[in-house]
Amino acid sequence: MPDKPNLRSTAKAFVYLAPALLVLGTFTIYPIVESFLLSFYTDYDYFHDRVYRLGFDNYLYLLKDPEFHLALRNTAVFVIGVVPISIALSLGIALMLYRPIPLRSFFRTVYFLPTVTSVVAVAVVWRWIFHSDYGLLNFGLGLLGIQPVRWLTDPRWALPALILFAIWKSLGYNIVLFLAGLSNIPETYHLAARLDRAGPWRRFWSITFPLLWPTTFFVSIVSIIGAFKVFDEVYALFGGSPGPLSSALTLVYYIFVKFYREQDYAVASAAAYVLFLITFLLTVIQLWIGRKRTAV
Amino acid sequence: MIRDALSRGTILFLLSLGAALMLLPFAWMISTSLKAPNEVMLMPPKWMPSEWHWDNYVRALTMAPFGRYFLNSVLVTALSTLGELITTILAAYAFARLSFWGRDFLFSLLLGTMMVPGEVLLVPNYVTLARLGWIDRYEALIIPWTASVFAIFLLRQHFLFVPKELGYAARVDGAGDFRFLWTIMVPIVRPAIVTIVVLKAIGSWNAFLWPLIVTNSREMRTLPVGLTAFTTEAGTAYELLMAASAFVIVPMIVLYLLLQRSIVEGLARTGIKG
Repeated sequence: MPDKPNLRSTAKAFVYLAPALLVLGTFTIYPIVESFLLSFYTDYDYFHDRVYRLGFDNYLYLLKDPEFHLALRNTAVFVIGVVPISIALSLGIALMLYRPIPLRSFFRTVYFLPTVTSVVAVAVVWRWIFHSDYGLLNFGLGLLGIQPVRWLTDPRWALPALILFAIWKSLGYNIVLFLAGLSNIPETYHLAARLDRAGPWRRFWSITFPLLWPTTFFVSIVSIIGAFKVFDEVYALFGGSPGPLSSALTLVYYIFVKFYREQDYAVASAAAYVLFLITFLLTVIQLWIGRKRTAV
Repeated sequence: MIRDALSRGTILFLLSLGAALMLLPFAWMISTSLKAPNEVMLMPPKWMPSEWHWDNYVRALTMAPFGRYFLNSVLVTALSTLGELITTILAAYAFARLSFWGRDFLFSLLLGTMMVPGEVLLVPNYVTLARLGWIDRYEALIIPWTASVFAIFLLRQHFLFVPKELGYAARVDGAGDFRFLWTIMVPIVRPAIVTIVVLKAIGSWNAFLWPLIVTNSREMRTLPVGLTAFTTEAGTAYELLMAASAFVIVPMIVLYLLLQRSIVEGLARTGIKG
């Protein structure tokens, strides 16, 4: 094991790296660059690799396209609808599950179940639950005296239905992350606070919440980035459409339509880079705040 | 904390209520999948089928080539997991234990790609696969997924924790790097490898957008793609739709119950990476 790299050791290392680099180079690194260039192609013949003109037209197109605005708005509503509720619920459940309670491992198993199952397959089940006339959800609402809602066919209710489904699906993963974060908080703080006669709420707000903050922050960023990329849920819940009157058209669904249905590769790439920009800014915020905390 | 603020009974009640809501879709799926067609569309709903129609499963699974979808999913999951494991072990070893020019640069470059959402890769990868003539073939479903930066990163961290002295000892005994890697390093980091395999297998089994795009013919569909196609094929025969969904979901649940610990720890670990 030579400590200083030389030609021989480098050649040897690249034999070990070759399989991974071949795959990652072809299917990850090259497309990142290619997609970026493609987003500036305004007159091109992609399959024959000919570009006649470059420019910002694709981005200008996005700026003016009402469908793209709709996709951005829907995605933002989806993120705002899912993330805070999912985090509040999963934090509450994690706090209840954290210390010994009867049936604890049973509860953990159950809450985690939706996380491991295929989005598409459970979406098929939820379509049945959302059914306007015979769905379980409208039956339940009926018991409370609420008129049936056309969840999947009324443009006003498509996004709320999608949000409800996504919250159900995302809880388990967040609970696991919160449980891991809670187990990192030393018990001694709580004992000390108890000796000082701090009540349960006081202890939650003065100890648990601040010490859990890095976890909460991390879960928020991961959830927001994940929610920005929602696609499978939409496709499966609305049977291969972006909802009635495109009422559940999301950013990735827009990319999918431009790329796959309309074969407009350049606009699809530009839209994908807008998505990248959004997730990149979120990651930078996360790293920046993460660094500031460790510096303190 | 919450525990003192709420009584034990209240907590148990809340947790049970939540658990019931989490389980309800699964229970409703199974119940509907066993009903006679005339019991499916009823208001108020009938909670249990009056007769258990197991033949719904036979009908659903023969209406579309679910056997083929299942085999495709098994094949794609198994081979892409195996491929990722091999490329990951080799690359992680190089990053952890071999010294070479450009190591830190290459490692940062790979880590940087983790920030890029997969959707950015969609168009160029589709074109690459079309040029290779791989569209609608197993190659397109498997080969692009046989390497993962995240897995390399995770395994490298674990390799770094293995004492260096082990390598020196192996060298004295005459074992080269390659043999040392497979017979000593790999068994030591087994928990990390289990995590990688489990996460990859779940991700691959549930993958949807990519298989949807690169397959055209019925014969090449994986289970999730076949199931969405079945939602139009079955129309309003919800008992058949639920039987087909159960066919996709139940194997995952069984596997999850068997491997629960490694799955949950694996997912928690990926969360802590940040």
